Amino acid sequence: MLFTSGAFLVGLPILCIVYFVIPQRFRWMLLLAASYGFYACSGLENLLFILTTTISTYLLTCAMERIADQRKETLAANKSVWSRDEKKAYKEQMQKKRFWLLVCCLLLNFGILAVLKYGAFTLRNINSIAGWFGQGDVFAVPQLLLPMGISFYTFQTMGYAIDVYWEKYACEKNPARLALFVSFFPQLIQGPISRYDQLAQGLFAGNGFQAGRVLFGTQRILWGYLKKMVLADRILPAVTTLISDPAQYDGVYAFIGILYYTLNLYADFTGGIDITIGIGQVLGIPMAENFERPFFSKNITEYWRRWHITLGTWFKDYLFYPISVCAPMLNLSKWSRKTLGKTIGKYVPVYAATLIVWFTTGLWHGAAWNFIVWGLMNAVIILISERLTPLYDRFHKRFAWSNTHAYGGFQALRTTLLMGCLRMFDCYRDVPLTFRMFGSMFTKGNFSVLWDGSLLELSLSVSDYIVLAVGMVLLFVASMLGRKGSVRQRILEKSPVLSCAMTVALFLIVLIFGAYGIGYDSSQFIYNQF
Amino acid sequence: MSETMETILSILKDLHEDVDFENCTTLIDDEILDSFDIITVITEISNEFDVKIPADRIVPENFNSAAALAALVESLEED
Repeated sequence: MLFTSGAFLVGLPILCIVYFVIPQRFRWMLLLAASYGFYACSGLENLLFILTTTISTYLLTCAMERIADQRKETLAANKSVWSRDEKKAYKEQMQKKRFWLLVCCLLLNFGILAVLKYGAFTLRNINSIAGWFGQGDVFAVPQLLLPMGISFYTFQTMGYAIDVYWEKYACEKNPARLALFVSFFPQLIQGPISRYDQLAQGLFAGNGFQAGRVLFGTQRILWGYLKKMVLADRILPAVTTLISDPAQYDGVYAFIGILYYTLNLYADFTGGIDITIGIGQVLGIPMAENFERPFFSKNITEYWRRWHITLGTWFKDYLFYPISVCAPMLNLSKWSRKTLGKTIGKYVPVYAATLIVWFTTGLWHGAAWNFIVWGLMNAVIILISERLTPLYDRFHKRFAWSNTHAYGGFQALRTTLLMGCLRMFDCYRDVPLTFRMFGSMFTKGNFSVLWDGSLLELSLSVSDYIVLAVGMVLLFVASMLGRKGSVRQRILEKSPVLSCAMTVALFLIVLIFGAYGIGYDSSQFIYNQF
Repeated sequence: MSETMETILSILKDLHEDVDFENCTTLIDDEILDSFDIITVITEISNEFDVKIPADRIVPENFNSAAALAALVESLEED
């Protein structure tokens, strides 16, 4: 079910009304029923996978906690009897048991994800390698079912399992409550990837109706629909046209494609997240922010701290740090210091961990080489810019004008274009073709398409361009104002009437300027496919 | 100043010469140390001391100051 589907648009207000009417203690149960209903709409068979993840995580995390409780009791009982070494040995023994339970949980759930999402990709690559040696296909490549949002809910649930292993908080004793955390419908499609300790409180509090919160939530939802339906869906046909025929649309067209796709992806993804967080706000369930004006970033490292924040922090906390401090990595560090010298040697584990994380980030986005190359290219640029930091610092100290707002604007534009170029791997989905299209931007020289009316033949009319331009100005102004705190809060404080008028205006804008008409079928959210 | 603290300060100074590590208590909050620095600090600590910092101890409160890092190392040595 799409956020833009009729069933969702009718069902959501009904759900909210029922949520506020029923007794507080039943509210989370209603959300669980709604979440499973929402998920069942994507295919009843998908429920099997989400249930497997929920039940296996529930059983294994509870078992981890039982061992931790047993450890605490035994240590307390033998506090004055056991020596320090005996206590240490016992702790290690119990921790090892907990560790293997965690490994089972991770293997099972990431295993499901790996088989369904990467099985066919792996088999195709094995067949290709066999082909190089003159062999035919070794394996038949099956068409496997890919349940909606499996990457998102698997990552979220495994983050919970690791946190319980690390004893950050107690495990959830009620399987139905854990099921709601795994399946909470607004975030199933494209995140944000929540942490249990942050989401649970709002999820199970059953907060009642509060006019201000409902107003803010509704405004955020409408703002999300504006981004998705007025901007993302309007520019999508042009993006599709440009990508579908690279032979015709190269050179300046490829550059235009970068700009169009940047707007398309930003409006689509942030719009979806606005709708998600807005629904949470209406229901009194605070959710983690996933964006912080990413295109205002001065460099790519900052960009990745501000774009898809919850995925970035997931990788940092559960992959980057653990692999950076694991025994093989520390041994690699010692070896590299010995053989390469202290200065170079100390960077080896950091760089190795960064490359592994970005390889995985690429793979997370899709089972294809273009995503892997995209991830690794990000890593290479981040590492180069890390090495050049002292040079940049000297540059900023030497030239005062490099600290002005104008230079900051240049840096933001540079980051936007750089990220747009990297996203070409995402657009064309073919590594050699992407490099060819990138090269054509500098060699083709078909600049005349900018003024000879060719841009009006990309499935966009003059009125489309006007709507897009006004929409982009609106996004820019909202982003600028948002730097000083909540725009909605300030408007409400100034005048409640103005705040209500803004809500109506947002609704009318979506209604009038949304990209739909007779036979319109809104496009799937881009991040849903990841 | 303890020997642990001196070693920690020397590791940190190696990363950023111009930061007042003896008094700064917002190394993570003010983004003075990034994730690269954190990993470098951890590997340096594992080389200098007989401890291994587990991933679950990599939290801002343990890395916000040299004193917090020294306390972390001392608590791991005691474990």
